[in-house]
Amino acid sequence: MTGPVLQVENLGCRFGAFTALEGISATLGRERITAVIGPNGAGKSTFFNLLSGALKPTSGSLHLGGRDLARVPQARFAHLGIARSYQITTVFPRLTAHENVRTALQARANRYDFWSRRDRLAGLSDRADALLESVGLVGRRSRPAAALAHGEQRALEIAIALAADPKLLLLDEPTAGMGPEETKDMVALLHRLSDARAILLVEHKMKMILGLSERILVLHHGRLIADGTPTDIQADREVRRVYLGQSGGYGHA
Amino acid sequence: MQPLDQTVLATAPPAPRRSPLAEGALSRWRAPLSILALLVLPFLLPSQALAVNVLIYGLYAVGYNLLYGYTGLLSFGHAAFFGTGAYVTGIAIGTFGLHPLAAIGLAVAAAGVLALAIGAVSIRSRGIYFAMVTLALAQLVYYAALQASGWTGGENGLRGFTVARIGLGPVAFDILNPLTKYFVVLAFVGAAMAMMSRILASPFGSVIEAIRENETRARACGFDVERTKLLAFVLSGLFCGLAGALFAIHLSIVPLDSLAYNTSGMAVVMTLVGGAGTFFGPFVGALAVLVLEDALSLWTPHWQLALGTVFILFVLFLPRGLWGTALARLATMRGRP
Repeated sequence: MTGPVLQVENLGCRFGAFTALEGISATLGRERITAVIGPNGAGKSTFFNLLSGALKPTSGSLHLGGRDLARVPQARFAHLGIARSYQITTVFPRLTAHENVRTALQARANRYDFWSRRDRLAGLSDRADALLESVGLVGRRSRPAAALAHGEQRALEIAIALAADPKLLLLDEPTAGMGPEETKDMVALLHRLSDARAILLVEHKMKMILGLSERILVLHHGRLIADGTPTDIQADREVRRVYLGQSGGYGHA
Repeated sequence: MQPLDQTVLATAPPAPRRSPLAEGALSRWRAPLSILALLVLPFLLPSQALAVNVLIYGLYAVGYNLLYGYTGLLSFGHAAFFGTGAYVTGIAIGTFGLHPLAAIGLAVAAAGVLALAIGAVSIRSRGIYFAMVTLALAQLVYYAALQASGWTGGENGLRGFTVARIGLGPVAFDILNPLTKYFVVLAFVGAAMAMMSRILASPFGSVIEAIRENETRARACGFDVERTKLLAFVLSGLFCGLAGALFAIHLSIVPLDSLAYNTSGMAVVMTLVGGAGTFFGPFVGALAVLVLEDALSLWTPHWQLALGTVFILFVLFLPRGLWGTALARLATMRGRP
């Protein structure tokens, strides 16, 4: 899979006196699925917010396919091929599943169109259905997002993110709050989605990460302490120390 | 990020519950149906002057509803656009002798320019701060009009621009006849409603709803939230400006009150009582509030106190408003087999 590569160089972010993230360097987007792990407060969410443009770095740089993202506003990130989901489900609750995705699709073409009839825009509605189909929600298309089950809302959020046709999909704990069944469905979905794009995800379910990821980044106290294949990471002394010292095992990380 | 979004949610209007049924025929034909309802209105009300007021304040609330009900922005300064529309109309006709139709066009444009300025300053603040900034800027316009009494007549209001006939060439209507006046005003209001319906059904219409529903998500999707809000603000100002222009022609006087904060509050009250985020709700709200005002002011000079109480009761017990609740009931009734 060759998409544009996200080059992270010496990335840092400070909030006043607090350093949330410091000196992160990595080349992302070559692997199908990359996981970002770390104990709570390690800086995973800050890292995601920087990669998706929601926060601007206070040091270091981000380049997407050679393009400097320093001055690019967040809304442009989706157009450039980086889309994300949030740790807390972030959809349009009172719009139907179909409207959620169709609206997201408009971000590419029909942002300031006051005059067309949105339900008659050729292709838009069909593409929304195709995206719902790809996350297994086509049967729920006419339900308001708020009336969907938790797992369905997570899937809907991914469909919304996919509307931007991202080359790099950032997923912040896609299986948060899910039971084993829903988690299994999500893992299958992530596998399928990674055929056509690179996925970067934050997760806590260690078993799932080890089975799913080609590469794992480990953050601790705002620093990147390990970066490698699941096998490398499992063998890494520093990682073992951080996790064992903190909560006694991978399972609870 | 999170606390800010909660502020937005705290002031976001209660949108009507969506159901495929409620979006059926009633929704598809909303503009013609609204006009139809307004065609019979003057025959149901005790006076035609009251009916004209319902049209004008209804349109004013419709413009406000675009911003509050659909975009989720609680402005407390919309009198600035209503009043500007009214004053520009009066001055254009009275001082410069413009044709009434040209004066209306100029008034709408002026309200739009003012909305662009006020919107550009206020749009970046959220929730209660946004309401306060719009209120402060509208007060600025109010005091400017009070000071510029050479142009505006100051406290006494603007007089001396009575329009007796309106139209183009041979097609002109005598608007001194109250019923004719009603239908002339309805022609403007109907055209505006058709346009509003079109805007709400457009892709832009779903973008503003998306921003109301979840600003974080809208931004992450790639929408320029600030610019979209500003556009909605200007569009809203244009509609309110037209309402103000019609108000001036209707009364043949522009009271300074048309710029005052209680006129801003009127838009909020009417929209909420009728049903924020519904197409026809603002007219229902305007009708309810004006009829109530008419009835109450016969009994007591403190009618505003009673109106305030009614408003509070609505916010507490009928947050979807009269029309919004009716639509929801209809949807559940039809939903039953």
